[in-house]
Amino acid sequence: MSFDNLDTLYRQVIMDHYKNPRNRGTLADDALTIDMNNPTCGDRIQVHLQVDDGIVQDAKFEGEGCSISLSSASMMTQAIKGKAVDDALKMSKMFSGMMLGEEMENEDLDLGDIEALQGVSKFPARIKCATLAWKAMEKGVGEEQ
Amino acid sequence: MNVKAIREQFPILNQEINGHPLVYLDSSATSQKPLSVIKAVEDYYKQDNSNVHRGVHTLGTRATDKYEGARDKVRKFINAESTQQVIFTRGTTTSINTVAYSYARANLAEGDEIVITPMEHHSNIIPWQQAAKATGATLKYLPLRPDGTIDIEDAKNTITDKTKIVATMHVSNVLGTINPVKEIARIAHEHHAVMLVDGAQGVPHMQVDVQDLDCDFYAFSGHKMCGPTGIGVLYGKKELLEDMEPVEFGGEMIDFVNLYDSTWKELPWKFEGGTPIIAGAIGLGAAIDFLQEVGMDNIHAHEEKLIDYAMKQMRSFDGISIYGPEKRAALVTFNLDDVHPHDTATVLDSEGIAVRAGHHCAQPLMKWLEVTATARASFYLYNTPEDVDRLMEGLKKTKEYFGDVF
Repeated sequence: MSFDNLDTLYRQVIMDHYKNPRNRGTLADDALTIDMNNPTCGDRIQVHLQVDDGIVQDAKFEGEGCSISLSSASMMTQAIKGKAVDDALKMSKMFSGMMLGEEMENEDLDLGDIEALQGVSKFPARIKCATLAWKAMEKGVGEEQ
Repeated sequence: MNVKAIREQFPILNQEINGHPLVYLDSSATSQKPLSVIKAVEDYYKQDNSNVHRGVHTLGTRATDKYEGARDKVRKFINAESTQQVIFTRGTTTSINTVAYSYARANLAEGDEIVITPMEHHSNIIPWQQAAKATGATLKYLPLRPDGTIDIEDAKNTITDKTKIVATMHVSNVLGTINPVKEIARIAHEHHAVMLVDGAQGVPHMQVDVQDLDCDFYAFSGHKMCGPTGIGVLYGKKELLEDMEPVEFGGEMIDFVNLYDSTWKELPWKFEGGTPIIAGAIGLGAAIDFLQEVGMDNIHAHEEKLIDYAMKQMRSFDGISIYGPEKRAALVTFNLDDVHPHDTATVLDSEGIAVRAGHHCAQPLMKWLEVTATARASFYLYNTPEDVDRLMEGLKKTKEYFGDVF
């Protein structure tokens, strides 16, 4: 049996992040906490950000969700940790573009593992799962600024 | 019942999805439409399109006759006494909101109670939350038994003399529970409360007799019973509807308009402000013709056989949680161990199988079930045992796929 089409969506690296999520947990009380729902399925995600001097010092997440939303959250926290807030927002924009099937061109910012999520763009019903954590991060950083 | 012949009436079913013949198991969300319904809507637009109730010209008369003819079909279908009790709405949601706005706000005060259940669809929860907030009434929940059914004793204990409105679904869109709405209505009436039934999952699948149920309001949607989207029905007892104020004001619903005051048309038109959903109503009429031709009892029997077949296989499937009672309508809500329902639905879709995944517009029920989301397969008259087999194969593949990953 062939699952080629599914493999575009569920790449090995995604499953790795789903199974072994990075940065799962909470931060100190003074960190930013953002709750975000995926209204189509009821999944919830909570993103915690420690932002000092315009730099994302630490990022963690908690929540329940599907493989796409949780792996995306894991990758997101990994990617923005240590980055300037502006760069984190730029990456979020790149990610949204990627979900729309756009080619990513930014040599300064490496999305790393995140590129594995490119296949989600071919599954329109799942794009919201992938963007959930990024939207939460944007909201948190936006409140901070 | 000749399912093969029935399926030929639904051209949408005859297609490939992701390289596999489509298996449509999401009729509880919306049913597919037979050719006769599509044709009725098309014919109306091609031949009779005109506004209703103002027709001096021939097209206006034809459109009105078809629109009002559809109302009479609905009346007969649910055995209402009169067409005055059949109000066309946009769907179940609008029907319930009409009662929650008009009846509830006029008849509720602080100290009064509205009784609903935790299994309700959001459309039978939020209108009552809002009505309670607006009037100071209290919203009370009738508890569910562990298997997701309602115990009549619990209904007797929850519904009191303070209760003014009881609202519950006829059939649960998640659990498949068929609620004892007739008995609950009787208890409500003992306390002089009115009973609203959300029949969105009832009318499409079983013969409903509103007089026999003795409910005061019954709400349902056309699109779940082979009709078009955007059309639904609110049935109500005449004396209640007559006392109720309209919710929407404007054209079509008036008797006489003065500068500072107006009077309303008689029932049912006082509740149908604006140009009504003419094509939708005509399509719903055609859907009723179609369902009656097949026979509601035949449909019900066919669905019972299908769900029995499905449950047998589901129960022997390894690593699955099934939600809802033993005796159920033709739907099954489930989760595979360690696989999120979204992922299940995506894998099934890659096999051409359409199921629903999510909270099914029943977040309080999801909380009660202690899950965030579930997958659901729902059946209708055009589904076959082969569809069930395909679902089970799909679930096996889902398990394999995610099993390999972990």
